Amino acid sequence: MKFVSIVYEDPTAEPYDPAEDHIGDWVREGIDRRINLRGDRLRPVAETKTARRVDGGTLVSDGPFAEVTELIAGYDVLECADIDEAIDYVSRHPMARFGAIELRPVWPVEFDE
Amino acid sequence: MTEPADTVALRVALERAHRDEWAVVFGTVVRLTGDWSLAEDCAQDAFVLALGAWQRDGLPRNPGAWLVTTARNRAIDVLRRRRTEATRVEEAGRLVVLEGDEDDERLRLMFTCCHPALPLEGRVALTLRAVMGLTTAEIARLFLVSEATVSQRILRAKQKIANTGIPYRVPPPGLREERLGGVLAVVYLVFTEAYAPSNGAVVRDDLAGEAIRLARLLVVEHPRDAEARGLLALLLLQWSRRAARFDERWDAVLLEDQDRSLWDRAAIDEGQALARSALREGGGWYALQAALAAQHALAPTAADTDWATVVQLYDRLLALRPSPVVRLNRAVAMAMRDGPEAGLTALDELGRPKELDRSHLLAAVRGELLRRAGRREEALAATRAARELVRSPAEARLLDRRISELSTDTYPETSLSENLAQAASRKTTM
Repeated sequence: MKFVSIVYEDPTAEPYDPAEDHIGDWVREGIDRRINLRGDRLRPVAETKTARRVDGGTLVSDGPFAEVTELIAGYDVLECADIDEAIDYVSRHPMARFGAIELRPVWPVEFDE
Repeated sequence: MTEPADTVALRVALERAHRDEWAVVFGTVVRLTGDWSLAEDCAQDAFVLALGAWQRDGLPRNPGAWLVTTARNRAIDVLRRRRTEATRVEEAGRLVVLEGDEDDERLRLMFTCCHPALPLEGRVALTLRAVMGLTTAEIARLFLVSEATVSQRILRAKQKIANTGIPYRVPPPGLREERLGGVLAVVYLVFTEAYAPSNGAVVRDDLAGEAIRLARLLVVEHPRDAEARGLLALLLLQWSRRAARFDERWDAVLLEDQDRSLWDRAAIDEGQALARSALREGGGWYALQAALAAQHALAPTAADTDWATVVQLYDRLLALRPSPVVRLNRAVAMAMRDGPEAGLTALDELGRPKELDRSHLLAAVRGELLRRAGRREEALAATRAARELVRSPAEARLLDRRISELSTDTYPETSLSENLAQAASRKTTM
C-alpha cells in the first residue's frame, strides 16, 4: 500500500539539532527494506510558484498556495504493508522530532480500459 | 400459547450462538477477504440461514463451525460474482477455517476496531457491531442517537480501515502493549454505557456482562498488564451491585441505601483480589478506580466506609489524571470524612470548570452538602439548579423528591451533628 509522507517544518517543535539529524540512516533503512520508493527535500518558499488556469489563461503567482506558518520541507513515497508499518517508519524520521510528518494514503486513480 | 419445546431449544441455541460466535464469524470473513462490509453482510446472512436450516435439519454438532463455514461460503459466492477479485476468491477458498482459535479471532477484531487511526466514536460503534453483534438500531438506542448516525459512524470506520491500510491483526509485541490501553478504554466505555447510561437510555445488563467477558479475555491474554486487571476488577465490582441498584420502579437506589445482602459476593471477592494485585503492581487509572469501588464493597454499611482511604485514593487518581469529575467525587469524600462544610470548601476550590458546565452534578452535590449543613434555602436553590440540568429520568425523580422535602415547611432542621452521624454519600462512585 502506497503512502506519501509530507515533511513539515514546525516552529513549535523541538529546536533543530544537526547532530541528531540522521536522515541518511533513515533513508538507507527505507531503501534496504524496500519501503521507501523515493523522496527529496523541496526548495524553499521563495522559489515556489503557484499555477492556476483561470478563464482560459494561466495565472501564476509567487509563493505557496496556502499561507501557513508550517512549511513543507520534503516528501517521501512509501510502499508499506499497512499504516502501522508506515507510522513506525516515519516516526523515526529526524523531522518527526524537529517538525512533523503528515502521512497520506495514496488514492489510486482508476482508468477505464 | 406455549412454544413447542424444540422451537424454544432452537431459539436458545441461536441466541447463545449469536452471543458466543458472532465475533468469530465476522472476524473470520474479515481475515479471509479483508472486506469489512462483506463480513458484516455474511455474518448476518449466516445467522438468518441458521434459523431455517437448524429448524429443518436439527442443531448442528458444532454451531460455531456451521456458522463460520456458512458465512465463508457466502463470502466466496459474492466474491465470485464480482469476478474482479479472482485471486481473493482462490485465497478465501483455500484457507481452511481453523478450529480452536476463536479467542485469537476475537482479539484481532478488537485490536483492529480500536485502532488509534479511527475516531473514538467509530471505534466504539464498530466494536459494538463487529465484536458484540449489536444491530445499528440497538447501538442507536444505547447512545440515544439516530440509526443513520450510527450507520455513518460504522461506514466511515470501515472505509477508513480499507483506505488507510489499517491491518487486521493483533499488533506485534512492543506495539501491542501500547495499543492495549485503547482497547481497554473502549471496553470500559461499552460497559459504562450499557450498565449506567449517562443519558437515561435503557440499562443493558446483558451487554455489560459481555464487556466483562471481553475484559476477562484481555486479562488472560495479557497476564502481566496491571491495567487490564484493574479494568476487570472495576467492572466486576460495579457489576456486583446490579441486583441492588434499582428499586421496583426502576429508580436508582443510592449506594448508601442499597440492600448489601443483594450484592454479588463472588464478583466482589474476585474483583477485590484483582484490584489488590493491580494496585500493588501498577496503580493506574483503572486500578485506582477499582480500589475505590473495593472500599465501598468492603464496608458493611455506607457509614463504615473508610473515607480517609477513599480521599487518599482520589488524590492518587488526581495526580495521575486531573479531572473535575474526580475532584467533585473527592469533595464528597471530604464531606464524609470531615463534615459537609469541608466538602463545600473543596467544592469552592473546584470552582466552575467548563467540563461540568452542562452537567447537573456540581449543583446536585452542592445542594446535598448544603442540605446536610442545615443551610436549607441555599440547598433548595442549588437543587433546583441541578434539576434544570439533569438528563436521566431516575435522577430527575430523586431531585424532585429532594426539592419537595426542602420546600415543605415541616421539613425538620437537622442539626449538623445529626447530618454527620448520617454520614452517607449522595454521590455513588458507581
